[in-house]
Amino acid sequence: MNQVGTMQRTETMLLNVGPSHPSTHGVLRVLVELDGELINSADPDIGYLHRGIEKMCEYRTYHKCLPLMNRVDYLAGEVNNFGFCLAVEKLLGVEVPKRAQYIRVLIVELTRIASHLFWLGTHGHDLGAMTPLFYAFRERETIMDLCEMVSGARMFPLYFRIGGLAADLPEGFMPAAWEFVKSFPKCWKDYDTLLTQNIIWKHRTMGVGTMSAGDALDWGWSGPMARGSGVDWDLRRDNPYSSYDEFDFEVPLGNSQGDTYSRYLVRMAEMLQSNRIVKQALEKIATTEPGDIKVADPRVSLPPKEMVYSDIASLINHFKLIQEGITPPKGEVYQAIEAPKGEMGFYIVSDGGPQPLRVKVRTPSFVVLGSLDKLCRGRLLSDMIAMIGTMDIVLADVDR
Amino acid sequence: MNKAVALLEEKFPDEIVEVVEFRGDTTIEVKPERIVDICTALKDGHDTGFKYLSMIAGMDYSPASPRFGVVYALYSHKHHDRITLKTRLADDQAPAIDSVAKVWSTANWHEREAYDMMGIRFNGHPDLRRILMTADWVGHPQRKDYPLKGQ
Repeated sequence: MNQVGTMQRTETMLLNVGPSHPSTHGVLRVLVELDGELINSADPDIGYLHRGIEKMCEYRTYHKCLPLMNRVDYLAGEVNNFGFCLAVEKLLGVEVPKRAQYIRVLIVELTRIASHLFWLGTHGHDLGAMTPLFYAFRERETIMDLCEMVSGARMFPLYFRIGGLAADLPEGFMPAAWEFVKSFPKCWKDYDTLLTQNIIWKHRTMGVGTMSAGDALDWGWSGPMARGSGVDWDLRRDNPYSSYDEFDFEVPLGNSQGDTYSRYLVRMAEMLQSNRIVKQALEKIATTEPGDIKVADPRVSLPPKEMVYSDIASLINHFKLIQEGITPPKGEVYQAIEAPKGEMGFYIVSDGGPQPLRVKVRTPSFVVLGSLDKLCRGRLLSDMIAMIGTMDIVLADVDR
Repeated sequence: MNKAVALLEEKFPDEIVEVVEFRGDTTIEVKPERIVDICTALKDGHDTGFKYLSMIAGMDYSPASPRFGVVYALYSHKHHDRITLKTRLADDQAPAIDSVAKVWSTANWHEREAYDMMGIRFNGHPDLRRILMTADWVGHPQRKDYPLKGQ
């Protein structure tokens, strides 16, 4: 053996990815152990965006938790509020009027499309496809405008209230929403043409990050992540809430390969299904009585703003609800909804007081990120970028 | 009767503390000692099949005693039903319970969070480190006696 030969040795290398890196989708640091370009292990380091939302909830009334919830998954702000409102309403034992239920479904499904569009744009961008981003953000912008119409805010509409909605749909909303519903399938074709049969896209995504249906459940995967692995499960269909059982939609399962491409197909198909639901919601809203958007219980719902300014009883009612809050009975509930990223659950414990004793937010991003190491082992470093993208994580949703 | 309750009453009659039905949710409180056996039975049981763990929440019921608890939200795709499994931990100073990370892989991170936020130890956990706070953090922020802001 020559001199050089005896000097040779191999060792693995630790590579620090993030915490501030375009492809980590937020502030995520991953400590990767590399053997050449192959990943031996990947250890996500999270918590950079931990704001203590669960803890803060314990110090404020239920209504005052809503602005915090908006910021859990900030790409689907109103979806978080939807789950929280449903959980508190379950605790209270009230059901909001049909019109409010349909409007909630409408806003949430629009948000799902917006969230999937953001995923499509950034996921494509991570893997070298720059064009879809511009197309996706074009339609996302329209949805943001619709959110702005109902509430005045784009990212954090804060439009849902415990017991109903902040206000009815504004004038001009319905025609604008109809226009979006009608034009969206054509826009969707643009993304489909760019990626679905694109050979580079297929090479980067097919066979990457595969997960069997059994493993997906074992790792707590839900939503599009689980469906990409062939788990036929959608909370909107299997545990319907907010009148989802009245809507007609399909649950797409991708090509059931459990890879990144399959999850791509699932989310793409879901956007069209959401568009179908939005269309039906618009039709259903038209059949309901305008203004019927709140539970008729002054202990739960805030009075209309114009009444607060003109009527002393409403002013007192408003004051008491804001200062003292609502007091659900002693008990605990778990309410899960199908958020764009998977199962979003709220476990709320009430001791009968105006503040919750405990609020636990179960977020889909936290759970799927926990399986990054399993997905990455033995794969190339460049595949890790595909996997973070396919997980559709939002770090605010991970850290809370 | 709920299939999970039936299974536990048959196999672990001495472990059940209380079964509560509230707003359609079934909450079963069990003793903490045999939590791994109980979870395995619920997961593998033919009628139950709780293959999916939604979340684990660490609980601080202060000033009540036993002060700490752990809550498991389980989902079965067989009948699309849910149960909430609850335990109260006997030791108020050093709360601990066996880890269920071997039953459901996803439990790994949930237990790390409960350890980080509440200071509950999970015996047999493969990698019990802090997860949201930094490694050198002192205290457990979600305990009731931890201040909301400042010291």
